[in-house]
Amino acid sequence: MKGKRFSILGALCTLFTLAMALAWVFPIYWITVTSLKTEDQTIVVPPSFFPWPPIFDAFVYVLQTSPFIRWYINTIVVSVTVTFFSVLFGLMCGYGLSQLKFVGRNLVYISILVGFMLPFSALAVPLFMMLNQFKLVNTFPGLILPQIVVPLSVIVFKQFFDDVPRDFRDAALIDGANNWRILFRIYLPLNWNITWAMAIVTFIGTWNSFFWPLIITNSTPMLTIPVGMTQIQLAYGVQFAEICATAVLASIPTAAAYILFQKRVTQGVMAVAGIK
Amino acid sequence: VQSPATERVAERHTGQGRKRSLRQKLAPWLFVLPFFTLYLLFLAYPAIRVCYLSFTNSDIAGQGHFIGLENYFTLFHDGDFWASVIHTGYFVLLTVVPNTLVGFILALLVVRQKRLRLFVLGCFFLPYILPVSVVYDTATWVLDPNFGIVNLLAGTNISWFQDPALAMPAVAGVTIWWTVGLNMLLFIAGLQNIPQEYYEAAAIDGANRFHRFLSITCPLIWPVASLVLLLQLILQFKIFDQIYLLTVGGPFNSTVVVLLYMYRQGFQQGRGGYAATIALMLVLIIIAVSLIQFRVLRIKRASQ
Repeated sequence: MKGKRFSILGALCTLFTLAMALAWVFPIYWITVTSLKTEDQTIVVPPSFFPWPPIFDAFVYVLQTSPFIRWYINTIVVSVTVTFFSVLFGLMCGYGLSQLKFVGRNLVYISILVGFMLPFSALAVPLFMMLNQFKLVNTFPGLILPQIVVPLSVIVFKQFFDDVPRDFRDAALIDGANNWRILFRIYLPLNWNITWAMAIVTFIGTWNSFFWPLIITNSTPMLTIPVGMTQIQLAYGVQFAEICATAVLASIPTAAAYILFQKRVTQGVMAVAGIK
Repeated sequence: VQSPATERVAERHTGQGRKRSLRQKLAPWLFVLPFFTLYLLFLAYPAIRVCYLSFTNSDIAGQGHFIGLENYFTLFHDGDFWASVIHTGYFVLLTVVPNTLVGFILALLVVRQKRLRLFVLGCFFLPYILPVSVVYDTATWVLDPNFGIVNLLAGTNISWFQDPALAMPAVAGVTIWWTVGLNMLLFIAGLQNIPQEYYEAAAIDGANRFHRFLSITCPLIWPVASLVLLLQLILQFKIFDQIYLLTVGGPFNSTVVVLLYMYRQGFQQGRGGYAATIALMLVLIIIAVSLIQFRVLRIKRASQ
């Protein structure tokens, strides 16, 4: 009797969870479906939930009439460069702070911890002034350099390196390996999962970053996707299929990264929030 | 920290000599400097300069001179600034606790699932990885007053982002839809760390589900909940992107938040010094509120 009641309750709970989950992704499904309609079909009442055949006019229109491909290339260049250097420098600095002894180490670590707590957006004004003086507005270095500085990735790598057993490093030192070898041949492979997770999370974060690109770029050919696509919406006015097509195109890299590496993304965002 | 034995071994292998040991002393810096140089240039220096700028009448190019506390006096009497503080506070109120609570509820739902788990988890988390501009496109299309699916299904004509009473709650709702996945993940990790034996032991003692939830789940999830609340609080005070896109501060400036006000003063009006003052005030507000919350949550924890 009790067991039966339990399973009915369980089934209801599962049903509710499933309904919630579907409602949660429905907006994403809905823009995807809308992007596959003609402009006229988007405003038909009642709307069609499974338009068939799919129509790709909106995508063709967006790619032909806007600098979307140029913005795509910009965003790839920025995201890949930022990811590479922030992970590389994060690994190196994390290794240095965790394993090497030098004067000023604590000072460096504490100042990085303080930097982690400073909100980036509050520094936008002086950062812009500085990069403006260096003539880096509307350039790749201007977009990339400030975004490489992610104190959190140093902190995460340091914590993970702290957990590596001392014996590994001692044995390698006795074998005559130098610290570069130890980092890239022992510590990196041992922490491959978290490194990969940090890289994917950094890539998604940089691809999506909005505030800094909005401030440091204003010429159309130098925009990134998140900033550029808002201009498309302004230009199109009420053109739902085209707006939805830009949204779908803009989300492909990050959505693909998440779907392919779900476990790593989960690990990465948790590490960033302070949970291993 | 290096053990003396390792040190000696390392020394023997790299040779002695004064030049060598100097090189050895500098070698660690090669690991730290690439990051630390960028850190000093693009984080530490701007942090110091933002303080200095707040005492100047600089334009956005950095041209200006020292004017003492004038910006602070202006700020104190600036009704628009205080209005932006109140709007930010309203947004924080609408998001911090609801986003934490929804994340907790979704986590409770997801951990029950076995076969469907990855799927439902993916559904709740997927919005989190979208760029804010896609969230903006999605929200404006789904919530469009005339053709949006929400209004069609409900048979209404609500302009969510143009109605002064609805604009901020609508932005908050979109924010929760977008970001709750992260909170859910943190709660799932917390729930998984609660040993199953506790529940079994309580069940044997005759505690029902509700009791087990109240006396095991709630107190043991509290550390995660207070972490999520703190992260949320710090994050939501920095609200800018969603407002900038969804309402542009309107209708009738009812959703101008602190960072949007800073952006307008600094980058649209060109008042760099004044914008720096606003930014600094925001940092101070965030620190003050975090400290208060930290204390309140700790006291709660101690009394349990």
